[in-house]
Amino acid sequence: MFNNFFHRMASPKHFYRLAGILIPWLAVPCLLLTLAGLYYGLVKAPPDYQQGDSYRIMFIHVPAAWMSMFIYVVMAGAGAIGLIWRIKLAEMVAISSAPIGASFTFLALVTGSIWGKPMWGTWWVWDARLTSELILLFLYLGVIALNNAIDDKRMAARAVAILALVGVINIPIIHYSVEWWNTLHQGPTVTKFDKPSIHLSMLIPLLLMAVAFKLYYAFVVLMRARCEVLDRERNSGWVKELAEKT
Amino acid sequence: MTQSKDTAALAAHALECIRDDRTLFSNLDFRLEAGSALILEGRNGSGKTSLLRILCGIRLPDAGTVTWGDTAIDKLGPDYHMHMAYIGHRDGIKLDLTPLENLAMARALGMPNDITLEAALAKVDLAGYEDVLTRNLSAGQQRRLALARLLVTDTSLWILDEPFTSLDVHGISVIEELLDAHTTSGGMLAVTSHHAVNLQNTTVQRINLSA
Amino acid sequence: MNSDSLTRAFVILIRRDLMLAVRHRAEMANPILFFVLVTSLFPLGIGANPALLQAVAPGVIWVAALLAALLSIENVFRSDFEDGSLEQYLLSSHPLSVLVLAKITAHWLVTGLPLLLISPLLGILMGLPVDAIKILFITLLLGTPVLSLIGAVGVALTVGLRKGGMILSLLVLPLYVPVLIFASSAVDTAATGLPVTAHLSLIAALLLLALSLSPFATAAALRVSLS
Repeated sequence: MFNNFFHRMASPKHFYRLAGILIPWLAVPCLLLTLAGLYYGLVKAPPDYQQGDSYRIMFIHVPAAWMSMFIYVVMAGAGAIGLIWRIKLAEMVAISSAPIGASFTFLALVTGSIWGKPMWGTWWVWDARLTSELILLFLYLGVIALNNAIDDKRMAARAVAILALVGVINIPIIHYSVEWWNTLHQGPTVTKFDKPSIHLSMLIPLLLMAVAFKLYYAFVVLMRARCEVLDRERNSGWVKELAEKT
Repeated sequence: MTQSKDTAALAAHALECIRDDRTLFSNLDFRLEAGSALILEGRNGSGKTSLLRILCGIRLPDAGTVTWGDTAIDKLGPDYHMHMAYIGHRDGIKLDLTPLENLAMARALGMPNDITLEAALAKVDLAGYEDVLTRNLSAGQQRRLALARLLVTDTSLWILDEPFTSLDVHGISVIEELLDAHTTSGGMLAVTSHHAVNLQNTTVQRINLSA
Repeated sequence: MNSDSLTRAFVILIRRDLMLAVRHRAEMANPILFFVLVTSLFPLGIGANPALLQAVAPGVIWVAALLAALLSIENVFRSDFEDGSLEQYLLSSHPLSVLVLAKITAHWLVTGLPLLLISPLLGILMGLPVDAIKILFITLLLGTPVLSLIGAVGVALTVGLRKGGMILSLLVLPLYVPVLIFASSAVDTAATGLPVTAHLSLIAALLLLALSLSPFATAAALRVSLS
């Protein structure tokens, strides 16, 4: 019974229709939350007593950094499901996640670097978190490059799933080793991320933005997966029907 | 494995194979019993090699299953592979090893049988070449060495992709004898070939993938 | 399938690969030459100030070892893929992961072990103290097998591709970061005379983790690449 339901949900045609319905229901709240988050973050929240207004980039940087890790884990999870149960839909979600995750990682790196300029006086410091993000970006780029290099879509999806799983095991190790390396080579530096207590007026916009970013990922991954479905199923009857209708 | 060698059969259920947006075959069913042979026919690119690789479990079918004695082969894994041998386009032999060294490796990878490696070489007409580097053998001799791998392990299902490539008339008849002997002793055979395959004592079913 | 015949297959496969390597012994020198050459470029590039050289030596030697390992690992499945042997491993009655481990072991013996043996010489060239050279040796002993094991997964994913080389480095190098960090800082710490047990146990832990996971990941990747 459950199995039956699950397979119906996972059928490409059904997914295409369902995702089409879901997307606006995710996109509109995403937009509203982003506006609210930006309003509370940029207007309502008080300036920081040390950093003045420059800390406000945190409302982009921190959620983006969270998303970069989160999406990698989702990608590996979806890849594993695709690999083990041969569910094509999971493969497509994994593939579609990679460029979004890479974008968030890039965003986290750029905003971190911009934030670093007034803090440290240079655009780039080999800070532990930034270095981890940089390596994470390389991991994403590896996934994307591997996917592009393999012509056969099915084969590419399975290869990417294995790579993402290897990566997800390595991420904590890399993260830990980089942090270790950082304390070894730099000694204690002023770290801008570990705030022991964050004021509620700053926490609210941060959480709003975090939820908005999650919703953004959700609807963009559905859009990308829909394209992927059309591309892969282009020879099936329902896609041809769809093409003739429009 | 409690399954005896004679009762297990290879069967395909509603197999489908898609390559580069082209459906090569779909809803393909057949059953291969002990002592019989399956000959695949069809034009170049009709999916013969793909089908053989699906039967081996190297390639996944786009739909359908292959079963060995009523269990899907991807569930059996090595328990299926111990019963089968595959010779593909590529010989799977090392040019910088001697024929004996090549066969020793092939035997170690499977279930060894009682035949000596020298005897296996003699059966494919390579007696006297035991210690020559394989690189120095002719293309036909290398192909026969590849086919000698079939003899050094204990397998009931032989899957052969164009076994007669680069063989001369004599070589072909030597191999045909081996194939005939294999099926008459209860073995199974799945083969593609551009040449006519002459199996005198074997029940043959033919599947044309171009049709 | 009993474990006796599995052990036998494991040993025969290693022995065969070593035999093939000996028949191509001229190629065995290449990774060592590369390792020595890259390392000796650094004094030329940054000047031969002994204090400076000693400071960068652990990192330089380890980066050179890492690149040498990356360049040589590409061949671990290349010829097997081209001549069809890889298909035969896949269709073996033994688990593919065990055969893969044999392949990686043989490959490490042929390419990793020589790096290890030549490393004290490089330590001397870069002016490392004797204690640090000892630790360099131990880190390479524990670390280069990790490089081979991780590299093998990457090779298995790219072996069927025509231009696998560039992608391989993109896939594998980020995964080499922890080994590089722990190993070079171990040598660094040893040069200042401090204990390095913690570093070495961390590298050993990485080795155990790689040993237990990489053969399965590599086997899975090979199945995908051949399908």
